[in-house]
Amino acid sequence: MALMASSRHEVGAKSFPLVIYIVVPLLALGLQSLLSLHLTRFDLVDLPLLVTIYYGITQREPVSATLVGTVIGIAQDALTHHALGIFGIAKAVIGYMAASLGVRVDTENHGARLLLTFGFTLAQTFILWLLQRHMLGQPYAWHGFHELLRALANALVGVILFALLDLTRRTDY
Amino acid sequence: MESFFSRYRNALVLIAVLMAQVIGLAVQVRRPDPAAPDKGSVRVIRSWVTGVVTPPEMLLHSTGKGIRGVWTNYIDLIHVRKENKDLKSELDRLRLEEDSLAEDARQGQRLQSLLGFKEKYVYQTVAAQVIGTSGTEQSHVLLIDKGSQDGLRPDMPVITPDGIVGKTRDVFRHTSQVLEISDQTSGAGVILEKTRIRGVLRGDSWGQPEIVNLSPDERIQRGEPVLTSGGDAIYPRGLAVGLVERVIPQPEGTLVNVLIKPAANLARLEEVLIITNTGEEMTPDMQQDLTDAQKRASDVLAERLPSRTDPNAPADEQPDDAPTGPDGEVARPVQPPKALHPDRFTPSDTPPASELTPGQPITNAQSSAAGSDGNNGAANGTPPSASAPEIPGSTPAPSPAKPPSSTTKPKTKPATPANPANPHQSQPTGNGNQAPPAQTPPPQGGA
Repeated sequence: MALMASSRHEVGAKSFPLVIYIVVPLLALGLQSLLSLHLTRFDLVDLPLLVTIYYGITQREPVSATLVGTVIGIAQDALTHHALGIFGIAKAVIGYMAASLGVRVDTENHGARLLLTFGFTLAQTFILWLLQRHMLGQPYAWHGFHELLRALANALVGVILFALLDLTRRTDY
Repeated sequence: MESFFSRYRNALVLIAVLMAQVIGLAVQVRRPDPAAPDKGSVRVIRSWVTGVVTPPEMLLHSTGKGIRGVWTNYIDLIHVRKENKDLKSELDRLRLEEDSLAEDARQGQRLQSLLGFKEKYVYQTVAAQVIGTSGTEQSHVLLIDKGSQDGLRPDMPVITPDGIVGKTRDVFRHTSQVLEISDQTSGAGVILEKTRIRGVLRGDSWGQPEIVNLSPDERIQRGEPVLTSGGDAIYPRGLAVGLVERVIPQPEGTLVNVLIKPAANLARLEEVLIITNTGEEMTPDMQQDLTDAQKRASDVLAERLPSRTDPNAPADEQPDDAPTGPDGEVARPVQPPKALHPDRFTPSDTPPASELTPGQPITNAQSSAAGSDGNNGAANGTPPSASAPEIPGSTPAPSPAKPPSSTTKPKTKPATPANPANPHQSQPTGNGNQAPPAQTPPPQGGA
């Protein structure tokens, strides 16, 4: 498995039509809200996180990935009863990290995407735990096995979702 | 300097974004008014996001509901006839149960009014469809399709026919957020139905409701119902919350938490009711329903019980349908019906003890005189043994003193209802209707 970029093609930034930038995050938020109502344990999966990771690793532009992560995270916060900014901070950091790694790692490989998504999901849980438990003083339980299960579920769904989103992008040389 | 910003541009943007959000968080958690969850721009952002996300959700929800409606209305009609029959028998059974519960409710209201206790009755509810959730495990929030335009306000109780769900939190124009009882930041005052132990209900880290910080008590058993206590000033008292699942000792300290299995299926909610108005007295509709329930139950019971009417029995000279007094009470005599063949053993024909001579048997003339002067032995407490025949050679027992006779008939309820299987049947109803009393055969005289 090649984890390092080996050609100009692999480090070439991918862009999307503007409508995709708007529609996909909204679709992710809406589906997350709707499917969690009808499918038991679908709340293990975090579709807005997967979209943030995907934009990060494909755009490879930390500033825009940070801003996209912030907007998606704040929108996700708005659907909860938490203060705005908890998911915003977490997803801003995840977007930044994904874009930074996307420059250095071959993110076209499904195995790399699986590992990256697994790691970023755990990283987001850690950031959320840090913010809620130690900054805001709110209850937040960390169940180790459950978090691993959540990361695995997101990684598996992410591989499929990333392949679907690949169909919408165009390559810039 | 320019090279510094250009070199660390990405990191600086990240730091700036994080700092801005941290400051925003600090401002939000510092707000002093707990009654207003969000203010200003935060509320606007929530409203915008909800306004963007909910229309597609409503569309998908209504589409799914339409498909399900086609299935249930046109295809799934095979077992309707059998189900209708079962429901009818269930309805009959429930009417009988309702009868006894209605009487308990009336008694409870009387006792509460005596104690000055204020009961909250549900006056008005608004039905709403659940169209989404927060989508995260950390926030047990539902989105419903009713908002301030439908009369909703924050902190209104949200229920289903099975039990409570939560309370409204942020209310927008057409949608609202509902904070479920399974959330860790929720709170509801509850009481265990049998042991009457009170506590505070909130969600645990796995999203299951639990009563926290209770003293250990061996009386708390699995399966005990849990109700709302009304102490939180949000949920009306007496709504179903769930059943006790198990008692969990806290790792630190000596207190325990009681895990609750919620009565409402929080994982499969489609429609909920929001209580928009409560009051301290029953509405006229509720009163009428209660009265009708008693009447219906009496009719059902009368139809089911075998008739005890004897067509060959002589006509009742003193029917039970006595005239009604000014206060609605039925005036009933305490004097039993006359015997067909009067004799000295009949209580009403026994002469008073002062007219009896020791050693002399009671003559028929004495008995007739006693029976015609209006004295009532049974009513006066004279036992039948006082007029027992004398045994030759034995010392007669002393007769009890005669209490003061009364010629007025006291207006009291009968000691035994006309229909012993349904004690409420003979009582007057709220609208003055009186159920017909069951006929009983006249008492037969002895000897």
